[in-house]
Amino acid sequence: MRYAMAVDTKKCVGCSDCVVACQTENNVPLGYARDWITETVAGTYPNVEIEIRSERCNHCENAPCVRCCPTGASHIVEGGIVLVDHDKCIGCGACIEACPYDARYPHPDGYVDKCTFCIHRVEKGEDPACVAVCPTHCLHFGDLDDPNSDVSKAIADRKWKVLAPEAGTKPQIYYLI
Amino acid sequence: MRNTTRRDFLKISGAGAGSLLLAGPAIKAFSQIAGDDTIHPGEKLHRTPTYCEVCFWKCAGWVYTDKKGRIKKIIGNKDDPHCNGRLCPRGTGGVGMYYDNDRLQTPLIREGKPGNQYFRQASWEEALDLVAKNLDKVRREHGPECVALFSHGTGGKIISHLLKAFGSPNIAAPSFAQCRGPREVAFTATFGEDVMSPERTDIRDTRCLVLIGSHIGENMHNGQIQEMSEAIDKGATIITVDPRYSTAASHSKYWLPIKPATDLALLLAWMHVIINEELYDKKYVEKYTYGFRELKDHVKDKTPEWAYAITTIKPDIIRKTAREMAHAAPAVIVHPGRHVTWYGDDTQRSRAIAILNALLGSWGRRGGFYVPEKAHLPKFPGPAYPKPKRSWKDAFPGKYKLVNEVLSTGICDATIPNPEMGCNLKAWIVYGTNLMASLPDQEKTLKAIDNLEFLAVIDTMPMDIVSYADVVLPECTYLERYDVIRTSPHREPYIALRMPASEPLYDSKPNWWMAKELAKRLGLEAYFPWNNIEELLDWQLKHVGSSLDEMKHLGVKKLKREYDDLYFLNGEDYEFNTNTGKIELYSTELANEGFDPMPDYTPHPEPPPGYYRLNYGRAPMHTFSRTTNNPNLWELKKENNVWVNPKVARIWGLENGQYVWLKNQDGVVSSFPIKVRITERIRWDSVYMVHGFGHKERQLSRSYGRGASDSELITRIAEDPIMGGTGMRGNFVTFLTEKPGKEVAS
Repeated sequence: MRYAMAVDTKKCVGCSDCVVACQTENNVPLGYARDWITETVAGTYPNVEIEIRSERCNHCENAPCVRCCPTGASHIVEGGIVLVDHDKCIGCGACIEACPYDARYPHPDGYVDKCTFCIHRVEKGEDPACVAVCPTHCLHFGDLDDPNSDVSKAIADRKWKVLAPEAGTKPQIYYLI
Repeated sequence: MRNTTRRDFLKISGAGAGSLLLAGPAIKAFSQIAGDDTIHPGEKLHRTPTYCEVCFWKCAGWVYTDKKGRIKKIIGNKDDPHCNGRLCPRGTGGVGMYYDNDRLQTPLIREGKPGNQYFRQASWEEALDLVAKNLDKVRREHGPECVALFSHGTGGKIISHLLKAFGSPNIAAPSFAQCRGPREVAFTATFGEDVMSPERTDIRDTRCLVLIGSHIGENMHNGQIQEMSEAIDKGATIITVDPRYSTAASHSKYWLPIKPATDLALLLAWMHVIINEELYDKKYVEKYTYGFRELKDHVKDKTPEWAYAITTIKPDIIRKTAREMAHAAPAVIVHPGRHVTWYGDDTQRSRAIAILNALLGSWGRRGGFYVPEKAHLPKFPGPAYPKPKRSWKDAFPGKYKLVNEVLSTGICDATIPNPEMGCNLKAWIVYGTNLMASLPDQEKTLKAIDNLEFLAVIDTMPMDIVSYADVVLPECTYLERYDVIRTSPHREPYIALRMPASEPLYDSKPNWWMAKELAKRLGLEAYFPWNNIEELLDWQLKHVGSSLDEMKHLGVKKLKREYDDLYFLNGEDYEFNTNTGKIELYSTELANEGFDPMPDYTPHPEPPPGYYRLNYGRAPMHTFSRTTNNPNLWELKKENNVWVNPKVARIWGLENGQYVWLKNQDGVVSSFPIKVRITERIRWDSVYMVHGFGHKERQLSRSYGRGASDSELITRIAEDPIMGGTGMRGNFVTFLTEKPGKEVAS
C-alpha cells in the first residue's frame, strides 16, 4: 500500500479551501497551516502563464525528516504516511530544517506538526479533508498500488511532475500539468 | 470627505459611560472560546443543518459541534446542488464568523450632542422601544413610506415583511443597482425572463463557455466553479475576455486581453461574424426570435477589423473565437456575469450578450441556459399589506420605468431634500449591508445619512456603517439562528433548512425575533401571528409535503418539478414574456421607452496621462467587505494589493511590496496605503485591486486600516439611463509614494 495525492494544476483556482478545511478538521491553530497555496507567474503580458498549486507534506519515501529525528518521533506508518508522535517530539526543529518543502511548523504546544493525510479519516475509508472539500475536484487521493484508486487513475493518463526531485526524497504528491 | 454634522462618526469602542467592553487581544479571546487544546481530530461530533450566509450562493451544509456544544467545522450537504457536499473557503471558514471576538455584543444607543457623541450599551427592551418610537414618529408626521430598508441576505426577508406591513415599498438591495441589475433588465427585455440566482447557466454540459470580465474562480460562486471544473475535464473550450490574466483566463483555451471599456465592440463584431458567416442557429432564430433582419443590418459594419481598432483584439482571433462558439452551439454559454455595473451602458452590453446567446440558440438548451424551477412555500395567513401612497420612484418623475426593483442609490437621492422631489425619506433601517463599501460615491451616502431623522443598523459585526447609526441591533450569526426556508431556483426545486447549531453568543438575537418584537411595538402584531419561527417553518413545510422534523434530519430536500422541461423541446412552440411573444433581438420595450432597441458601442472616457483605470474584483476567500475580519479568512488574505504592470512600475520606480496611496482623478486619496504587486497579469493601462478592504472602523481589530478601499475611490458614477445602475469602472488612479500630508483617517 502506498498512499499518494495528485494535484491538478489545470483546475486549481487557488481558493485556499483546502487550507481552511484542514484547519477546522485538525484544529490547526490560527496563524499556522499544514497546507498552503503557491502561484508562479511566467512570461510577459499578454503571453503569460500561471501555475497554482495546493502544497503540503510530500510524505516522502526517502524522508529526510525521519532520518534526522533524534527521538524517533517522526516516523513512517503503513501506506507510507509520515507522522509525528507528539509525545516523543521534543520540538528541536531538526526536521523543519531538513524538509526541502518547508512542510512542517512548530506547534505552540511544543511539538512539530504537519499534514497527516488525515489518517484518522483515511482509516475510516474517507478522503483527507482537503480532498473532500475541494470545489474544483483538483485533488485526488488514494493507494498507488491500486490501479483503480483516484490517484492512480489521475496520474495514469496525464503529464505530471513532483517538486524538488533533485533532493532525492521520492515525494508522493504529484502535480498534474 | 466626512462632513456629517448631525451624526459623529462613532468608534464603537469610543469613550463614554457604559461604552462597550472590549474582549481583549484577538487571538487570545478566540482560543478561549474555541478551547482547541482539548479537541482531537476524529472526535464524535453532532451535526445540525444549515445553509451558508457568508455569500448569496447559500450552500446547504452541516454544522458539527462537540460534546460541549462548541462549533468545530462546517461541511457541505451532499444532497444540495448548490455545493454537492463541498463548501467554498468562506463556507468552510464560516466558523470564524461565529468566533469573531469583534462581534457586536449588545444593543447600542447613540448618546450626547453632535461633536461629543458616544454609544452606550442598552437592553433589547430599551433599544427596540427607541426604534419603534422613531419609526412611529416618521409614520405619524410624514407617512410610513418615508421609512426605507437596505437589505442584503436571507435575514432581510423577515425585516422586509415588517416594512411592507408598516406600509413602505422602499426596500432596496445594493445587489440590483450596484451589481446584477443591468443583466436582469437586459435578459428580461430579450427573453422575457431574467437570469436568476444561482444563474441558470448549464455549465456542466457546455462545450464552450465565454466569460466577459467574469472571474469565476476568484468569485467563488460554488456551483459554477464546480461545473466549470467539470467542463474543463470534459474538454470544453473556455474563452475569457479580460484586461487582466485572471485565474479563469489561465484555465482558458483563449484569453482575449481586451482594452478596458470596449467589450461591446467585441460583442458586436462576434454577432457580425456569426451572422455574416451564417453560423447562427437558423431554425431557432426563425422560430423564436423577433428582429433578425434589423439586427443583421445593425451589425453590417461591425467587422472584426472595426473592432480591432477599438478593442486591440486581432481580427483573426475574433473570427476564430466566434467560430468556436458556433461550433459548440447550442451547448455554448456567453456568460451574463453577475457584477455588471461598469460603464453606464451596462444594460446594452448585457443585451448584446443576450442577443449573442439567442443567435447561438443557447437559451433553453442543454449546455446553454436551462429552464429553472423554484419551490413555492405558502404565505402564513395574515392581513394583506397596506397599499403605499408613495414610493421612492415619485422622486424621479418619468424615470426608471423599466426598473422593477428599488435603486439603493435612488433611496439616497430621495433622502436628500430637494424642492423638485416629492419623496423625502426620513428614516432608514440597514440590515446586513455595509453601505460604506457597497455603495459608490460615499459623499452622497453620507449626505443622505446626515439628513435622516433616524438610522437603525442591524448587523453581526461593527461594520463601517454601524458608526453612523442611532441604534445598533446586534444580530446573531447564521450559525445561531433559524431563518426562512431557502427556495432558490435550480434544475430541480429544492428546499433547505437553517437552524441554530448553538445558542446565540453574547446578547445577540435573530432577525425574526427583532421583527416580531418591533411589530408588537408598532401595532402590527397581526402580521406576525406565529409564536416563534419554528411554528411558521413547520406550517410552511407541511404544505409542501415535509415538516420541520423531517428537514432537521435532511437539511435539504428535492421537490418535484411542476412545470416545463429542463430544456426546450425540439420544434415546440414557446411564448416568451415579451411584447412580441418572441425572443427580442430588436427590443420593442426599449424602443418604446426611447432607448436604443439594439446595442451600440459608445466610447468611454480614458485615463489621463499618469493615471490608470481602477478595476476591482474578488478574492476567493472573501465576500464583499464582510469577511475581511473573520479570523479564519483573514489568515488567508489579510490585505489587498494593487496590481501594477512591470512597465508602469518602472516608470514610477515602484517596487514589489512597497506601500502606496492611490489618488483618483477627483483628488480623492485612499485613507490607507496599499501594497504594490508588480505582475505581468495586468495591462499597462489599468490597475486592479480586490474589493472589500480598507475598513475605517477600529473595532474591526484585524481588518482596520488593512489595504485600501476601492469604494472610497469610486466617485465618478456612470449612471445607466435604462435602469439606474451605477457604472463604477470610470475612475482612474495614480500613485502617491509618500504619505499624503493630511491625515485622512481618524
